[in-house]
Formats: sequence, structure tokens, C-alpha cells
Amino acid sequence: MSGALATLAMALPTADDVVAPGSGSFDVLIPLPVIVPLVAAALSIVAAGHRPTQRVIGLGALLTVVVGNIVLLARVDDAPDGIAASQGGGWKAPLGISLVVDRFAAIMLVVSSLMLISVLVYAIGQQAEERRFAAFHPVYLVLAAGVSASFVTGDLFNLFVAFEMMLVASYVLLTLGGRAGQVRSGMSYVVISLIASTFFITALALIYSATGTVNMAELSERIPELPSGVRTGFSLLLIVVFGIKAGLFPLFFWLPDSYPTAPNAVTAIFAGLLTKVGVYAIIRTQLLLFPDDARQGTLLLIIAGLTMVTGVLGALANDDLQRILSFHIISHIGYMIFGLALFTLAGIAGAIFYVVHHIIVKTALFLVAGLIERKAGSDRLSRIGGMVRSAPMIAVLFAFPALSIAGLPPFSGFVAKFALVDAGVLVEQWPIVAVSLVVSLLTMYVMGRIWSNVFWGTCEDEAVAERLAPGRTSVPLLMTGATVAVVVASLAMMVFAGPMYDLAERAAADLLVPQIYVRHVLGASS
Amino acid sequence: MSADMPAAPSAGPQRLVILDQSIKVLYQSILVLSLYFLFAGHNLPGGGFVGGLTAGAAVSLRYVSGGAAAVRTTFRVPSHVILGLGLGVAAGTAFLPIALGGAVLEHGEYETNLPVFGDVKFVSALAFDVGVYLVVVGLVLMAFAAFGDDLGQLAQSDEPGDGAGADQPDAGRDDRSSPA
Repeated sequence: MSGALATLAMALPTADDVVAPGSGSFDVLIPLPVIVPLVAAALSIVAAGHRPTQRVIGLGALLTVVVGNIVLLARVDDAPDGIAASQGGGWKAPLGISLVVDRFAAIMLVVSSLMLISVLVYAIGQQAEERRFAAFHPVYLVLAAGVSASFVTGDLFNLFVAFEMMLVASYVLLTLGGRAGQVRSGMSYVVISLIASTFFITALALIYSATGTVNMAELSERIPELPSGVRTGFSLLLIVVFGIKAGLFPLFFWLPDSYPTAPNAVTAIFAGLLTKVGVYAIIRTQLLLFPDDARQGTLLLIIAGLTMVTGVLGALANDDLQRILSFHIISHIGYMIFGLALFTLAGIAGAIFYVVHHIIVKTALFLVAGLIERKAGSDRLSRIGGMVRSAPMIAVLFAFPALSIAGLPPFSGFVAKFALVDAGVLVEQWPIVAVSLVVSLLTMYVMGRIWSNVFWGTCEDEAVAERLAPGRTSVPLLMTGATVAVVVASLAMMVFAGPMYDLAERAAADLLVPQIYVRHVLGASS
Repeated sequence: MSADMPAAPSAGPQRLVILDQSIKVLYQSILVLSLYFLFAGHNLPGGGFVGGLTAGAAVSLRYVSGGAAAVRTTFRVPSHVILGLGLGVAAGTAFLPIALGGAVLEHGEYETNLPVFGDVKFVSALAFDVGVYLVVVGLVLMAFAAFGDDLGQLAQSDEPGDGAGADQPDAGRDDRSSPA
């Protein structure tokens, strides 16, 4: 935390005579999702001994952020260019702390804050790590600030700072409890994240030395002036950096190893959000910074295909629920990259829609997996059975997101996949379309396998059967309630698929014209 | 330094007078220096982070003389409260300008003539630096409290009969501070 603060401190311009402080109109809502959780984290640390106060602080802060983000999305969507920029510190763009929210960022802010608050309620209901460790609330809030910061920043270096905030918080959350397995997989997570961060800072240094700026709007103007080999190099370097975070083939290996060992609620938020922050960064940098000839369309398509296939095969090969779902994240990251790699309006709109759908549905699935584990005392498919009778509520809660992620109509997963496949057909990328359809079928098989093992059949394991007997174990109401909320959100996405897709299309249209972004950031304070 | 003395836990406090006395002087001076760094940081080398680290160095001197227990009694306020306050002040300085109608993290200046110090320029960015300073001090305190205990010593004190300090040259460090 102190590192991030120190970097923020360094990012503050200190020489008074460089530029006059800008005065233009300023949208208060833009820095809100970053600052509110940070202030709340501070209060939460002070209130470390008193859990109820910490809960009020955490929920209150995240609720403020949710409301603020929804208003922000509405206002940004109404704005003539669909974008709002502000300069932190009151300095002009290349020197100030550029904060930019376009439709894509606003959508991500709304979805991520909704998931953050639902999972916090779930964690409180769980009465586990959240209750045992005073550090849970502050660290969770820092994670929330880091996620929001990576969406609103208009500066490549501050993106690095935001990633570090997220990572430092995730190291703690991942190893809460300190069991041997957690520490082991936490260790590999720390090492791989440090390697990614080293690549990132190296890439930043190289980009800065070549262009003399890290402000994304300025980079967007200057990178096209570089020799094409240098541009391609930067583009690839950034794909590697963000690919590690997103879990792209072949850089995904750390993900199914580390996620399942974390506490349930933490796994849900990591699975739902953290990889998608990587995807967001890939989409943002590829579209904003690099001109057509430096974009890695073909390479990304191949990576997308391989990511889809390896992820789903990994999911097929595992027996433990959390690991199946973790491998499954990777498979679906492939779909998002597939949408981006087409570099067409339809493809990017599909990718954005897919990201939103996947955040909600994946969080829901992990929350349900937590409910199953709570009820049955195990998350191994081979040990559980017959839960459709002993826990019909959990079965229903699992069925909706599972059908959605498998891409069955009329769920949001179908809309998302249909949009992507349609975009692929439009530009006649047959191989990737075929791969995505096959992977879809395999996904259905994976979900069917979970369903038939966990919910149908009979339970052969005595200990589990004992727990599943009527009236033996009950799941806390808050846990179920939070899960219901997320599942309802995924159903809402199905009902409002039309308007949501239109919004995604508007966001994609903005992304394809980086000049709007550049004009609003660099011209905002003049 | 204590290798030639039996450093069993039951033995009384064993202090090195020269070390303790010089640290008494140094501790205060280094804290003052850290405050100088904190305030000078706007236009000169220094700032909240450097100041906080310097204060951390002073705290580490207390650790050298009195072990983890001395660090724990450095301030009456618990270290997590210092950390939280620091983060709150730093994040609050981002908020305040918005409330006053400026940009986030924007700062103002105020110059005045004080009796002893002469012309002094106050910048509101100083509040941010104070926050960073507190965060660093809080973190240093927490790090010493969490990792500062001598595990060999803790293990030995479970079995007071075996308290020969021959293989633990610095075993006497912790219990020296216990009466303090």
C-alpha cells in the first residue's frame, strides 16, 4: 500500500512553473470509485478490532461506489462523445493524473462494483475468513480501489500502480488462513505476478524512452510515428504482460493452481474480476495505442483458439469443483480475445458483451460452488450426489448460470456467443468459429458433468450423505441471498440483452475511434 | 557480544550501557531529522516516504537495544491505527479539494512569516506527505512486531531448563527489554 501511495506521491507534479493549474469542469464521479474504497480501507484499519463497524464501513463504501458508478454510466452514455475525462491534481493532461471514463470503462465499473458488493455480503454471511481476520475488510477495499483504478486511469504508469494495488491485496486475500497449500500456491502466484510486473515496468521504461510519455492519449498520437518493428515489439510485450494477468495460453498455468486454494468468496471475486481486468487492459491498449499495422490480429486469434481449447480440456480432466471452474475461466478468456482479435465493430462489441456476461456468470458459479461446499462439506464431484433432492435451491441457483455459460438460448451466454460467432462469420474466420463452437459443446458437457455428478444420482460417500440429510446442515441466509442477487443479475442481462448489446456496440464504436479519446484527454483542460 | 555470558531467560536484564545511552540520544535526533525531511520534502530532497523511512530507522535502533518488546511500546497508539490514520489522511487529501470545488488531489499554497522560522511556504500537499509518513511508520512498527521476535529465544523459553545460550549468540536480546 505504501508503495502505491509513494508512487502516487511521485506522480504528483511538484514544479510550480511547468503549467498553470487547469480549471475546467470536473466530474466528481470519476475519481470516486478509487478514493471512496481507499478512505474506507483507512477507516477499516483503524476499526480493526470491531468487525461490525468494519462491515458497515465496507458495505457503505461499496454501496456508494455502486450508486456513483451507475450514475456515471448513465451520464457518460448521454454525453455527446460518450466519454468523460478529468485531470487529477488540476494539471494539464500529459502532466496531470489523467482519469478517463468512456462507455467501456463505465460498463466495467458498474459490473465490477456490483460483484464486489455481492461477494462482500457473501463473505460476511460465510462467517469464515472475513470473521477471523481483521485484515480482510481493509485489504478487500484496497482490491476494490485497485480494480476501479485500472478502469479509470488514462495513464499507462498509473495502470501499473493500479495493478500493483490489486496484486498486493490479492496476495493477502489468497493466503488468508495460512494453510500449507495456500502458502505454496500463493508463492507461485506471487512469483508469476512479480515476473509480470517486471515485464510491465520494463515495457513502460522502453515505451517512455521511445516516446517520452506514458499518458495513453499522447501515446496514441506518438506510437504511430515509431518504426514498425518497435511498435510491433511494444504491442507484443504488452500482450505478454496483460496475457499473464488474463490467463492466456500459454501463460495461464498459474491460475488453476492458485485460485482454488483461496477462501471461497475470494476465489469468486478473483475469478470474476481479476482476469477480466487483464482482458480490459489488452483491449484498451491494443485499440487505443496501436495503429492497424501493429495489431496482432492473427496471433491473437491463434492464442484465443488455443486458450479456449486448453481451458476446456483442463476443466474436463479435473474432479474438484473449484479447479474445474478455474480451468473454465481460461477457456472463456479465449472467447473475449477472439472478439478483440477480429478488430471489427461486431467483434469488439461481442467481446465487451462477453466480458460483462462472464464476470456475472462466473462469479455466480463460484458462489454456488461455495454453497455446495458448505452444504456437502466437499467439492469433489466423485463424493457428492443427489443434491437436487437435498438442496433444490442450490440446484436452481446452479442451473441458471451453468446453462448460460454453456451458451443455451435464451440465456446471456447464448447472446454473447452468438454475437461473437456472427462477427467471426462476417469476416470469414472459419477456423476460430469452428473452434469456438466445439468448445461451446465441450463447455456444455463440463456443466452437464457437474450437474449429473453433484445434483443427480445418489450420494455414495457416507460423510457427505450424512451432511446432506434433511435438517443437518443449513447454508447461512446471507450467502444464499448474495448468490441469488448475482444469479438475478445474470438473468437481468438475459432480459435486457437487447439494450445491453446496443450499449456494448456503442462502447465498441468509441474504442475504434481513438481520436475521440485523445481529443477529450488532451483537450480537456485547454 | 553476549556469547561469553550465560543468557538464560531467567537471568536478569542485561543491557549494554554505551549502546543504550547513545541510542537514547540518537533516537530523538533521528526522529527530529525525519520530521525535517517530511517538511522539507516539497522543494528539497525528502518527503513523506523518506521521512517515514528515517523514522523507521530510529525505531529499528530501539529494536537493536530492546528487541521487539521495546518496539511495541514505542507509541501508545497501536500500530494499525497509525497505519489507518495515515492512509485516511492521504486519501482524504484527494477528497478535500473536490469538496472545495477543485480537481482531485489539487493542492493550494500559503506563504507566511513565522517568528523563528522566517518565511515559510505551506503547501496542502504536505498533508498527503504526512499521511504517507504515518503509513510508513505504521508499517515499520507492524513489521517489527510481526517478525521481530527471536524464534530461537521463544522456543528456548518453553523449556527453561535448557537455557544455555551458547549456540544463540544474540539470545539475550529479547529479555533485556522485558522489564522496560
